[in-house]
Amino acid sequence: MADIFICILKRDLRLAFRRWSELATPLIFFVIIASLFPLAASPDEAQLRSTGAAVLWMSALLSSLLALDGLFRADAEDGSMEQLILGPAPLGLVVLAKIVAHWSVSGVPLLVLAPVLALSFYLPLTALPGLVAALALATPTLSVLAAIGAALTVSLRAGGTIIGLLILPLTGPVLIFGTRATELAALGEPLAGPLYLLAALAVLSVSLGPVITAAAVRTALE
Amino acid sequence: MSAVPIRSRLWRAFHQLGSPPYVYRLAGRLAPWLGTMSCVLLAVGAFWGLVLAPPDYLQGDSFRIIYIHVPSAYLSMGGYVLMAVAAAIGYIWRMKLAHGVAVCVAPLGAWFTALALITGGIWGKPTWGTYWEWGDARLMFELLLLFLFIGYMVLRMSFDERDKADRVSALLAVVGVVNVPIIHYSVEWWTTLHQGPTLIREGGPSITMDMLIPLLIMLAGFSLFFGWLLCKRLQGEILRRESRTRWVRNLAAEAAA
Amino acid sequence: MLTVTSLEVWRGESCLLRDLSFELLPGQTALITGPNGSGKTSLLRVLAGLALPFAGRTQWCGTKVHRLAPETRSEIAYLGHRDGLKNELTAEGNLQFTRDFWNGRDEIDRILDELRLKPFRRREVRRLSAGQRRRLALGCLRLKPARLWLLDEPLTNLDDKGVGVMQTWLQHHTGAGGLAAVSTHQPGRLTGSLAIEL
Repeated sequence: MADIFICILKRDLRLAFRRWSELATPLIFFVIIASLFPLAASPDEAQLRSTGAAVLWMSALLSSLLALDGLFRADAEDGSMEQLILGPAPLGLVVLAKIVAHWSVSGVPLLVLAPVLALSFYLPLTALPGLVAALALATPTLSVLAAIGAALTVSLRAGGTIIGLLILPLTGPVLIFGTRATELAALGEPLAGPLYLLAALAVLSVSLGPVITAAAVRTALE
Repeated sequence: MSAVPIRSRLWRAFHQLGSPPYVYRLAGRLAPWLGTMSCVLLAVGAFWGLVLAPPDYLQGDSFRIIYIHVPSAYLSMGGYVLMAVAAAIGYIWRMKLAHGVAVCVAPLGAWFTALALITGGIWGKPTWGTYWEWGDARLMFELLLLFLFIGYMVLRMSFDERDKADRVSALLAVVGVVNVPIIHYSVEWWTTLHQGPTLIREGGPSITMDMLIPLLIMLAGFSLFFGWLLCKRLQGEILRRESRTRWVRNLAAEAAA
Repeated sequence: MLTVTSLEVWRGESCLLRDLSFELLPGQTALITGPNGSGKTSLLRVLAGLALPFAGRTQWCGTKVHRLAPETRSEIAYLGHRDGLKNELTAEGNLQFTRDFWNGRDEIDRILDELRLKPFRRREVRRLSAGQRRRLALGCLRLKPARLWLLDEPLTNLDDKGVGVMQTWLQHHTGAGGLAAVSTHQPGRLTGSLAIEL
């Protein structure tokens, strides 16, 4: 089991690095949304400080949806998804490995970029560990939700736009707890509460999500 | 009586519920009853609630909108759960009729959700001074629920094959129904942080029997009305799905004769 | 062995085949022939457990194919119209992944040799010709430790030598007690002990 997990993980990481432009797009998207925001609102320091957390979280949300849009599409188009479905491992495990691979190339760079952007929004330096911790706990849930959306729409041509419609309403809780944790961190208050809730969501989504995603892939390609 | 016949009888009931002609006739027989009963209950409840019940000592007459708002909010959530349960049954036991039920419930649920949002806004005007109060957990939840219904319907429409649309959207409904309580509680948690002092809890401790009884009647009336709409829609959906079968052709021939 | 009982397969609103029953025993090859659109691909997908039949059963050693446990499922290998290769990986990389994922035979060198793909082993699949890709896909199939081969038009794009390799492999496979169900337009080029005409 572990062999197969690692085998898929290595394959998807290798593929991701061969297509590095696809890898970089969601991250650049993340940075651009966050940097356009002051243009739309105002460069005023007080305002940026008060809305910075919200902007960071919204951008993170959208970029993780974008990052996982094609999680299954390439494999479905060249026929390798069929091979993975018929393979000797439970499809849920294969799907989990694919999500982990994509999370580590799209979620982890986000964790590195977010503090830089946070500083530019005048968030205090002391808030950064809290922000990174919250993002580290939230991005797995976002990745799983995006993977479910990608699986449901894998056989549709206009998949990308529909995913947002299906998945964004489900991201409400992550958004609430994530921004709350960031706000508390910025105020220097204890933020264990929302972090625990984010962790609970992560556990729930990582344990149930791959099973549903696997069923969705199988059904969509039936 | 031993357990076996009961079980087999339950099995038979389950199988009959999977048979389109049986359910078509059942829905046809139930519909007039549900329609009449819901009309009576709605009339009684509305008269009692809007005329006989005393005005609220804080909100005056504006509270009376709960006789529409609360039943629609309840049906919006109940509708989502019903849709998800039907879709899950359809997915697990490959029962096409259950998918048909889910298809029929989705727009009904969405309409009742919209009704809950609209009445909530109308109620909000005299209570909060604004039609839309972002800080209200229940309105926020209803809004997200409306998005979930819309997502389900859009996903269905994007597939050409009905079979695939049924099965893929069933999975979305199941994911949604797992998330509904989480969304509900997280939104509640969120409003307790941001809530203004002017919010008045619906009914609250001040609700009296005079107000409660018509509310219960309205709840029953709305539920039966929902059931009536569902029966009518389900009949149409069954005919559409079974249009190539012999029994539907016979039915059409009878209707033409 | 593969048992098919009163199978009924639909595509969308049209019924492709009705009441199909057959039994495939070790060492046997079923040749599935029929005009375009007659349901050869749909049938093979049902046999593989990728799609579900409208009615009837497909069983592998007594278990319905879509209910097989992952370990037993790897006894069935399927090769569809699409090669299932990753464009971004090299020819060898694709074979290595197949071997690791399926826990397959360690015969990459020999297979590359037989397929005459040795000079291209380090070339990315996107830069291979259609025929070379098809050969590589057959190589992946050969690596899998499967007893039942389900092949959808395996000879597409192959040159005479490629066809020759495929014929030899199929003989080896069934000679060693393997089973195969093959759909083809060119029934003359493959021999089967069971003919299924759709």
